Amino acid sequence: MGSSCYSFLAFGKGGFTVGQKAEKLSVQELIQKSSGKKQKKLIEKMIPIILLLIASVSVLTTFGIVGTLIVETVIFFNDVKITDFLFGTEWYPFGNTEQLFGILPLVAGTLKVTGIAVVVAVPFGIASAIFLSEYATDKTRRIIKPILEVLAGVPTIVYGFFALTFVTPLLQQFIPGLKIFNALSPGIVVGVMILPMIASLSEDAMSSVPNSIREGALAMGSTKLEVALRVVLPAALSGIMASVVLAVSRAIGETMIVSLAGGSTPKFDLDVTESIQTMTAYIVQVSSGDAGYGTTIYYSIYAVGFTLFLFTLLMNYLAHVISKKYREEY
Amino acid sequence: MRYVNHEAVVKKMNKRLMVNGIFKTIFFAATLFALLVLGVLFYRIISQGVSYLTPEFFQNFGSRVPEKAGIKAALIGSIWLMCVVAPVSIILGVGTAIYLEEYATKNKLNDFIRMNISNLAGVPSVVFGLLGLTIFVRALALGNSILAAGFTMSLLILPVIIVGAQEAIRAVPQDVREASYGMGATKWQTIINIVLPSAIPGILTGAILALSRAVGETAPLVVIGIPVIVHFLPDNLLSQFTALPMQIYDWAKRPQEAFQYVASAGILVLMGFLLIMNSIAIFIRNKFSKRY
Repeated sequence: MGSSCYSFLAFGKGGFTVGQKAEKLSVQELIQKSSGKKQKKLIEKMIPIILLLIASVSVLTTFGIVGTLIVETVIFFNDVKITDFLFGTEWYPFGNTEQLFGILPLVAGTLKVTGIAVVVAVPFGIASAIFLSEYATDKTRRIIKPILEVLAGVPTIVYGFFALTFVTPLLQQFIPGLKIFNALSPGIVVGVMILPMIASLSEDAMSSVPNSIREGALAMGSTKLEVALRVVLPAALSGIMASVVLAVSRAIGETMIVSLAGGSTPKFDLDVTESIQTMTAYIVQVSSGDAGYGTTIYYSIYAVGFTLFLFTLLMNYLAHVISKKYREEY
Repeated sequence: MRYVNHEAVVKKMNKRLMVNGIFKTIFFAATLFALLVLGVLFYRIISQGVSYLTPEFFQNFGSRVPEKAGIKAALIGSIWLMCVVAPVSIILGVGTAIYLEEYATKNKLNDFIRMNISNLAGVPSVVFGLLGLTIFVRALALGNSILAAGFTMSLLILPVIIVGAQEAIRAVPQDVREASYGMGATKWQTIINIVLPSAIPGILTGAILALSRAVGETAPLVVIGIPVIVHFLPDNLLSQFTALPMQIYDWAKRPQEAFQYVASAGILVLMGFLLIMNSIAIFIRNKFSKRY
């Protein structure tokens, strides 16, 4: 405090002097004078430190997330055996006499939805990317890309509502046994949600394949399709795969669509027409209900959240490795 | 003797061209699929919701009766939420971006910060909700207030704002910085007088797009326990509140069919909110962005 007051005074005095004797000083002296100002020096020294502190917030956030999840999960494992949690095939936390915490049904629900989403999004996403990168004119691209951005910007709650009130009734007309809550409808809608991500990241990967390679193949008499499938696609494969893995990670973490349209009955099977529950939907179910603070159910959302976090972390790491390791350099 | 069978070549070539044409159509149709879904989605929501979009809808609080249900508390709550998220996330995001682009040298700590940011971007929003619940709601005892929700949302969109701001700062050419140094300016003077003014349109565009993500995000709000039925307007940052996506979630869950229409009307308000934010972002980008 004292030093900053002092430097402020010094600055005032210095400025006064310069103003008075400006004509008599040479430029070099002026520079020397101004670079000697203490306050300025202090600011120059403090700013990087302040900015580093600000930058460390993101690091603290990560530590906060990992720390919270680990601490609360450890408390959860005081009540529930870790082997029961990892290998149990029944998730029945709301029982009065017996509570069962086997995560596999929730994982199965998540994987069912993610699997359907991938089946929808990968063919459509990559086909759109090929169209945009290899066939579309600049004008078409300028129309379609913003629309894809809009699609990517639709809030997931809106998609969830769409799945529940439009896609499910529509599917029920074709599949009579389909329940109101099922894995199929949210799966398809999650697929639509991640489609723009796959399309735009894959298109970026394809567009970065140099034109000389395309022209080389065209000069050899290839059709555009052959260039796209045999030259551009293999060259951009690492980028495309990374985009798919990132999209899978998004699908695993998607919450509102599955909460609204997926149901809340976790089952460890492969049936997509019945009500399911994903890891994310369970967290939402418990936190929107009145699970008392400190109960096993309360801590279970952290254990489930931790599992979810590990899944997405693994996927993101995988995407990173794929795009690093298999990238073709031109 | 002819080595090349002209007819066979023509036939083969025509076949290959035909396959090319078929696939072009397929790829185009696949692209149209996304547009079709978007069209159906908008059509459904507009046709269902527009009749409920009356002036009373904006003046009423939530209600058990669909005809009396309104969005006032949620709309005002979302605006309050933005008033917390915008300053917090922009200050943290831009500060981090300036540090990484202008000050950070290549060392282990800075590499770790960079890697950490890209990892944070991939963490599901529901996990951020768990962080907010533990740290802001319980440990700091902020309760399910605007402040707790605002901090959680700020951390959620922080990586997006950082990456956007980094790109904007990187786009300012090195020559301009050198010119400023050449005039005797210090590093911080250069940043504050030269780099930031040119980067601000890009930073703001990215920030508004990130904020519009925060407006539509539901999962963290559910996890930190934001109530849905609120019959008062918040008056300070520690008030309880509800937000647009929470209100829509509550309506969408209700079994009565009439609430579907109310939910659609709510979605229209939310989409209108997002549209306004995105228009501002596009306006800023077109009006103020400089080309070097």
